[in-house]
Amino acid sequence: MRADLELISDWVAPNTRVLDLGCGNGALLSHLSEHKNVTGYGLEIDAENINICIEKGIPVLEQDIDEGLKNFDDQGFDVVIMAHALQQFRRPDLLLDEMLRIGKEAIITFPNFGHWRNRVHLGIKGHMPVSEFLPYNWYDTPNIHFCTFKDFRDLCQSKGLKVQRWAAVDGQLRDHWWTRLMPNLFSETAIFKVSR
Amino acid sequence: MPDTIPVDSVGLVTPQVAHFDEPLVLACGQTLPNYQLIYETYGQLNADASNAVLICHALSGDHHAAGYHSMDDKKPGWWDTAIGPGKPIDTNTFFVISLNNLGGCCGSTGPTSVNPATGKVWGAEFPMVTVEDWVETQARLADRFGIQQFAAIVGGSLGGMQVLEWSIRYPDRLRGAAIIASAPKLSTQNIAFNEVARQSIRRDPEFHDGNYQSHDTIPTNGLGLARMLGHITYLSDDSMGNKFGRQMRHDTYQYNYEVEFEVESYLRYQGEAFTKRFDANTYMLMTKALDYFDPAAREGGDLAKVLSKAQCEFLLVSFTTDWRFSPERSEEIVDALIRSGKHVSYTKIEAIEGHDAFLFPIPRYMAALRGFLGRAAKHLSKENA
Repeated sequence: MRADLELISDWVAPNTRVLDLGCGNGALLSHLSEHKNVTGYGLEIDAENINICIEKGIPVLEQDIDEGLKNFDDQGFDVVIMAHALQQFRRPDLLLDEMLRIGKEAIITFPNFGHWRNRVHLGIKGHMPVSEFLPYNWYDTPNIHFCTFKDFRDLCQSKGLKVQRWAAVDGQLRDHWWTRLMPNLFSETAIFKVSR
Repeated sequence: MPDTIPVDSVGLVTPQVAHFDEPLVLACGQTLPNYQLIYETYGQLNADASNAVLICHALSGDHHAAGYHSMDDKKPGWWDTAIGPGKPIDTNTFFVISLNNLGGCCGSTGPTSVNPATGKVWGAEFPMVTVEDWVETQARLADRFGIQQFAAIVGGSLGGMQVLEWSIRYPDRLRGAAIIASAPKLSTQNIAFNEVARQSIRRDPEFHDGNYQSHDTIPTNGLGLARMLGHITYLSDDSMGNKFGRQMRHDTYQYNYEVEFEVESYLRYQGEAFTKRFDANTYMLMTKALDYFDPAAREGGDLAKVLSKAQCEFLLVSFTTDWRFSPERSEEIVDALIRSGKHVSYTKIEAIEGHDAFLFPIPRYMAALRGFLGRAAKHLSKENA
């Protein structure tokens, strides 16, 4: 399982109801249901991933998140999760509102654009960063709303959201003293758990 | 006509008939003292009768879902693309039952059968049947085989409504429900289409208030017209456009009402062909069964509440260009299942064929069906291990 998924699963309480936005092949939900008796659904639009989920018996719904989540009731889930996808949506800020309308808590992971390597790319080389972790060119990237660790924290603050927990980790999702000390500069992936 | 039977076909099949002498009280209040159901089976029922899959047919479907009746058959059964050895509904694993519903015209008791009370053909006197009645008779057929619980029940369109009803009425008698291109109830527009179809039949002078058989005639004009209308609603604008465009019979306009555009010829042919294989009274009954189905009404319109009884896993499938049973209608079922916390997966398949897409072997659709039934198969191997 992807390391960020493992990390997320540590943050989800047992016996809860989870909605996983952009569930991919269902690895997280599968892990949560097996080890934590968590129930829930994944939203996905990739045909191959959807069929993998169906085969594995992971409840998956073909639904484009950009077209809204109005079909989900207020506070119908304990946790709404979005792993590494928030930056791909048209309005991440409104999506965050929706996540906290549907769920009591939201867990979000995203690539920290403030990482020093990105700064080197942009600041010294003068190019948009392309790396193993962010392998796209500026014109074909699905990541249309990059933000830094600080940007996201500021967004939460301006919305009056409580950051219940955060982690700043490296590319391998390892937590170090330096990523903790200067998350905006040293973390490649940021993970936040927020609530109203 | 198949020269040889394809290896992934169930092969030559012979329909069977089951007679039932236990009276059936119908939703309309009338009682059928006895009746028969014609059905086909494919594959082998296992020792504990746990590998059965029931196929529920749509408006004009029948029991002949797969394989051939004879080497002279031009075409295999109506869902041969999905049912067979190695196919998504794999007859190497499952025992598949496909029946003609009560009120049908293909061998099950219906308007063309003889009413034992009068010794005459039922005709218009045949009582109205509903989706609930069908599920009841299907359950009785399952009892005959000693099938306590189906591995899965599968149906498209009106067939999907039967699957939905099963999950509510007999929650412990199925493990999987595959509901394809269906709806929790008909929309106003759908009822309206059905009414036009019925009126075109009823206004045919050959209809004789439904007793055309005793007049030795058939309301071919009315039934054909009903089918033409229905057929348009089963296709998408794009699929008709791709197939016919504005292709003409002649190079120039004829300025008359004979067939000029190819689509006119196609519709006339479809309408006429239908009258040779289908009974007008049955068509009327089936459209009414569609109109009446509304399980949410039992709980004041709360579909989630009705579905809270369900225990099976659900697969919902819709098709992008289906406007007769649009994706939004499937999503109503999905949302209600989510609200009641049920195990449901939903996929919206890109397809040009409109409502008819559910009969096409679209790869993504077939893969989803295969994956869903594969789960049921895994469950079987675990049980037998």
